[in-house]
Amino acid sequence: MHRIGVFVCWCGSNIAAIVDVKAVAEALGKEPGVVFSMDYQYMCSEGGQGAIRAAIKEHELTGIVVASCSPRMHENTFRKAAAAAGLNPFLVEIANIREQCSWIHRDKTDATEKALILGRAAIAKLMLNTPLQAGESKVVKRALVIGGGIAGLQTALDIADAGFKVDVVERKPTIGGKMAQLDKTFPTLDCAACILTPKMVEAAQHENITLHTYSQVEAVSGFVGNFTATIRKKARYVDEKACTGCGDCMAKCPSKKAKSEFDQGLKNRPAIYIPFAQAIPNVPVIDTTECIKFKTGKCGICQKICQAKAVDYEQQDTVFKESYGAIIVATGFDTMSPDKYGEFHYEEYPDVITSLEFERLCNAAGPTGGHLVRPSDHKEPKKVVFVQCVGSRNGGDCDGKTYCSKICCMYTAKHAMLTREKYPDSEVYVFYIDVRTPGKNFDEFQRRAIEQYDVHYIKGMVGQVEQNGDTLTVQASDLLNDKQIILDADLVVLAMAVQPEEGARAIGTMLTASMDTNDFFTEAHPKLRPVESPTAGIFLSGLCQGPKDIPETVAQAGAAASKAIGLLAKDHLVTNPCVAGSSNSLCNGCSMCENVCPYGAIGYEDQQVVRDGKRVMARQAVVNEAVCQGCGACTVTCPSGAMDLKGFSTRQILAEVDAICR
Amino acid sequence: MHSLNPARDIERISGINARRCMHCGKCSASCPAFHEMDIHPHQVAGMVADGDIEGLANCKTLWRCLSCFACVERCPRDVQPANLIEAVRLWQIRRSGENHMHPQDIPEMLDDELPQQAIVSAMRKYAK
Amino acid sequence: MSIANEDVKTKPLIVAFCCNWCSYAGADLAGTSRLTYPADVKIIRVPCSCRVNPMFILRAFQRGADGVIIAGCHPGDCHYTSGNYFARRRMSLLFSMLDYLGIERQRTRVEWISAAEGSKFAKTMSEFAEQVAALGKPNHLGELR
Repeated sequence: MHRIGVFVCWCGSNIAAIVDVKAVAEALGKEPGVVFSMDYQYMCSEGGQGAIRAAIKEHELTGIVVASCSPRMHENTFRKAAAAAGLNPFLVEIANIREQCSWIHRDKTDATEKALILGRAAIAKLMLNTPLQAGESKVVKRALVIGGGIAGLQTALDIADAGFKVDVVERKPTIGGKMAQLDKTFPTLDCAACILTPKMVEAAQHENITLHTYSQVEAVSGFVGNFTATIRKKARYVDEKACTGCGDCMAKCPSKKAKSEFDQGLKNRPAIYIPFAQAIPNVPVIDTTECIKFKTGKCGICQKICQAKAVDYEQQDTVFKESYGAIIVATGFDTMSPDKYGEFHYEEYPDVITSLEFERLCNAAGPTGGHLVRPSDHKEPKKVVFVQCVGSRNGGDCDGKTYCSKICCMYTAKHAMLTREKYPDSEVYVFYIDVRTPGKNFDEFQRRAIEQYDVHYIKGMVGQVEQNGDTLTVQASDLLNDKQIILDADLVVLAMAVQPEEGARAIGTMLTASMDTNDFFTEAHPKLRPVESPTAGIFLSGLCQGPKDIPETVAQAGAAASKAIGLLAKDHLVTNPCVAGSSNSLCNGCSMCENVCPYGAIGYEDQQVVRDGKRVMARQAVVNEAVCQGCGACTVTCPSGAMDLKGFSTRQILAEVDAICR
Repeated sequence: MHSLNPARDIERISGINARRCMHCGKCSASCPAFHEMDIHPHQVAGMVADGDIEGLANCKTLWRCLSCFACVERCPRDVQPANLIEAVRLWQIRRSGENHMHPQDIPEMLDDELPQQAIVSAMRKYAK
Repeated sequence: MSIANEDVKTKPLIVAFCCNWCSYAGADLAGTSRLTYPADVKIIRVPCSCRVNPMFILRAFQRGADGVIIAGCHPGDCHYTSGNYFARRRMSLLFSMLDYLGIERQRTRVEWISAAEGSKFAKTMSEFAEQVAALGKPNHLGELR
């Protein structure tokens, strides 16, 4: 038998001025199953909560309805009060008679009648409530950071400094990411390597950080607090522990025709190589597609020459599994290829380059030792044309990117200034659609390019680039003067749109972390939870979430770390008990629920069930309660009605419908 | 049919929302007939977006556009300036009625060389 | 409730299923902002619009509701990532069959109302209540009881 108590709150005059609370308490007190009812000025106050606790004990209540403000406000308060009196907190229902009644209605009779109906609906639901136990799940005190660029490293360092173990998985043979390829950084023009490489060293030496370079995450299972990742460490063919990083193998390698990825193909590298001088780990890797030993079986020079006996052609990939409490995605970005923009003839003309190539050409450790020359004939360029927004801000059915890449205006201004600085007799043109420079000292920086460095900013676009002898003829528009202009240039630099790293989509799918149509990871809330994925336990760091510059990346990396630390600092997580559950007398194992579950919380097991009076083995849906978030998608999809949601069961909702329509 | 809203007519004929234009100037940068035109491709897109179709009705541009589609190919916003120009051209032709063809004129024009298809097409295009 | 009684009923009864994260919070905001809408609207809180079984709507009509509205997060904003898309598909299918049951389409609606759209909540509920009231007579399914 139910013994229900009803508590009607006045909320001072907030409710009591419009709703006749005494009448409501009295009428609800006469509902079947209700053995006690009262009204009180402030139900949420200590006095009110005391009255609830006392009534639960005195009248041996099996459930309570509080008619008060929104459950979003005080449901927890009343649940705690109930729990303090020994009543299961999920035997509490709230009738929202403030936000959804007294505050929006003017007519006292209407409002009182509605409050009564809302109270009845809550009672009807409560009749079917069952005690629920919030479960606990353990938190593994270890974080996984996917990506070893500046974002991933900053996140890893912050988490490691807080005292938690961090594994960084980097796909490339070295950590450092895109920032390692940059020359100078805006708006201060300090050298990227000078600020990045100390961080790389710090990460490598940190006692709490383990770096897995040349490795990939292959699979992730589990849930917040307890993920299991399968990581493949690809064979380098060089023993990381034995190698001293002397570089003899690279010097003696007879295969030197491979394009250096780090130098954007502007320089060749041997088949056994370290991507760049400050690489971490400072251990070479063999590119088997270029290595003569791997291609023909003959050679083996590197093995012969290695005094540390570190070269091992028989090395195999190793695959291992590790548990993590939190996963931080820091997969970063790439730039779009200019291939599809035929008007620039990027593939044909060596002097049409991308901005990232320009960075390498400026860099003292780059292919030209920092001597800015054109790739075709190594002459110093005297007339340089920069084109912004290539591939960005596309609309309609165009196949570029719809978004603004955000960083191009600033780095183009930087490149223009660097060119003018290196060659004071040079002429530099920047073609722009809009110059977008919001940020601290950003607009001042771009103005400096115009006012002090005499860079010609022209509003318009380049329509065509044609090779003419050893110069490039650039046909462009100058919209402010309504002209079509033709320029002879030595070098054309394209500011290509940024896009998420190629493997990001696969990582997103693995983590069931949602992504937008551009393959950027989506945040749990665009304003209030910008570094968390909607999938619990997954955090976002850096460009994988959207275009951003280095300071923003570092800020976001720190924010993601602090969110992850907040999770790792807990020993246990309280799980939401309002989760789905399948009744195995009804489930027919059809798999429809599995298909609609956004969290992958539903699996199948063969279980013994009773069918036609006989015990048989049958395929049954099993909900992982730690993963289920309680949306209820499966409950409606289930054709046999086996799936139901605790706390919002079909019978409970129908009871509410019936009570409202009574 | 011409409505009282020429901008709507152009949108209907071309199927293009010219308000997508972000004024980058790629069309004018690409146009081989730029110097022959009085109103340049990016301005055409801007004027159509602003609904100033009358301003385009008597411009030279309509008849100087080569329909080479360089602008259509390269426009990053899929505004297809050449198709906008074609739409204004059609709109102007239909409105001025200079090319009206009457059925009774047709027998005179017929000869053995002329494919019948051409007559049907001409009727479709001009008899408005 | 007799049929004769229902004929003179001027106040429609409206059941609103609101998802906990957006529309229920939107309703709370309408309250906090003191934006009025008819008292005929009674809200049932569900975790997500995808929890709303088409059966709930039919049951409401069967029990005499005059209108049923489902409110959820805007497409792309679902707290559970994709729940509102399921709701949209299920409801458009259900609504397309309502005619067959003799229930006017105007008695049903799906709306996306965010937690920040208190005024949209109040406006939507007022309009919907008006729309249902304009149909006058009660729904046929209710009479079958």
